[in-house]
Amino acid sequence: MSPTLRLLLMAAILAAWEAAARLLHVPAYILPPPSAVAVGFYRGISSGLYAEHIWITMLETFLGFAFGAAAGFGLGTFVALSRRFEYYLYPIIVMFQSMPKVALAPLIIVWFGLDLTSKVINASLVCFFPLMVNTIAGLRAADEDRISLMRSLAASNAQIFWMLRLPGALPSIFAGLEIAMIFALIGAIVAEFVGAQAGLGMLIQSMNFSMDVAGQFSVLFILSLIGLTLNTVVAAVRKRVVFWDQPNQDARPGGKS
Amino acid sequence: MTTAEATRMREHIAVRRLTKRYGTDVTALEAIDLAVAEGELVAIVGPSGCGKSTLLRILAGLMPPTEGEAHLGGTSIDGPRRDIGVVFQTPVLFPWRTVLDNALLPVDVQKLGRERMRATAMDLLKLVGLQGFEHHLPNQLSGGMQQRAALVRALIHDPSVLLMDEPFGALDAMTREQMNLELQRIWMERQKTIVFVTHSVGEAVFLADRVIVMSPRPGRIVDTLDVEFPRPRPLSLMNTEAFGVHVSRIRQALNATGGLE
Repeated sequence: MSPTLRLLLMAAILAAWEAAARLLHVPAYILPPPSAVAVGFYRGISSGLYAEHIWITMLETFLGFAFGAAAGFGLGTFVALSRRFEYYLYPIIVMFQSMPKVALAPLIIVWFGLDLTSKVINASLVCFFPLMVNTIAGLRAADEDRISLMRSLAASNAQIFWMLRLPGALPSIFAGLEIAMIFALIGAIVAEFVGAQAGLGMLIQSMNFSMDVAGQFSVLFILSLIGLTLNTVVAAVRKRVVFWDQPNQDARPGGKS
Repeated sequence: MTTAEATRMREHIAVRRLTKRYGTDVTALEAIDLAVAEGELVAIVGPSGCGKSTLLRILAGLMPPTEGEAHLGGTSIDGPRRDIGVVFQTPVLFPWRTVLDNALLPVDVQKLGRERMRATAMDLLKLVGLQGFEHHLPNQLSGGMQQRAALVRALIHDPSVLLMDEPFGALDAMTREQMNLELQRIWMERQKTIVFVTHSVGEAVFLADRVIVMSPRPGRIVDTLDVEFPRPRPLSLMNTEAFGVHVSRIRQALNATGGLE
């Protein structure tokens, strides 16, 4: 595992792409060479054009994530803890989920308009389900012996929830949050495609109309950077919060069990 | 210990005609009569399926009996109580709590005042040889050390009764003997009433004042044996003839029930 090799591989792929685009005379509106993408990227950044759209899309993503995650966690908790709630509402939630949310985006735009609100709503609708499912699974997975222990101490149901079920569910909840974060970005972009006045999704659309393919590539590059950053942030928070559930556990003094 | 008769006068745990059925056709326990004196260490041995864990769960208030009654300190057991400490077969530690915080779990649940109990927890951790490991997480400890932490957790709120369900069953033989010695030491120091469920005959004879032998399906008490070796008992006791006599008598009782082949 060598980091140098990793970078060299990336450079080789870019070089091959550049060479192919130039030597085969591929038109720039089909596949621009990386150098053209880099120029487009630089122009977009230096003119301040991208910054504004990045800000809009990030804001939509974060707000959508916040609302969607809160709803997913809340509903998941109710479903996991209340049989009645599960019996009546879970089928409705699952039916709603099996509908492709992309197909819902045009309606959301009609209902909530072209600006921020509709994007936030779409992003939260797309991202709430994975978190809800993981919350349910995590809360239900509480170990029977641990529950017996809490009961033997005369713990209340609320204490069992806060001291046992919730911390026990955190690894699963964070796995859900990692997915939800990326889903929120997708939800925001999809809504921007359908109708928006700003944002990276809208930018891609307008570049598409003006045949600025290099520009589109540079926006795609920005989107993948944003996705990577969001994922890294959630993973870092997870590492702090779920400190006991790390992949490598060694250093056991006193021999094996 | 005074004589067995005298201590039995002061019944700490009293179980009368206790029966537990699951559904209509599985009888886990049938007509169990058992009295445990204050400060007595009673071991219950029996093959798997003799209902010994069920009996312990009823005493812990984790499930109700089908018939009969169980009393602790004169009051009926009708739910979990705060004067009981339970040790399970596995340590059942919470992985997100340090050893010290795991030991303080009953303090948190029963709101006994963390700051006040911290010193008690440190003393107990020292008593079981876990000093220096207070701030370790459970997954950094060996199985034996984890079970020691579980023992501290069972003792922290100073319950009068310890219910132990095959607590050392998952440990290797040497660690297990070490834990037996430590349990004896703690019991002598703290004067707890202990009900100790095990499937090891040797462990039962080594630890207990009295050994109760149970038969499987339905679980019944088939023999009771007083063990009157002086304390503290050394591990070498296990090699003596008298110890062997006790062990073989219990084995006979178990064989008679078809419990051991």
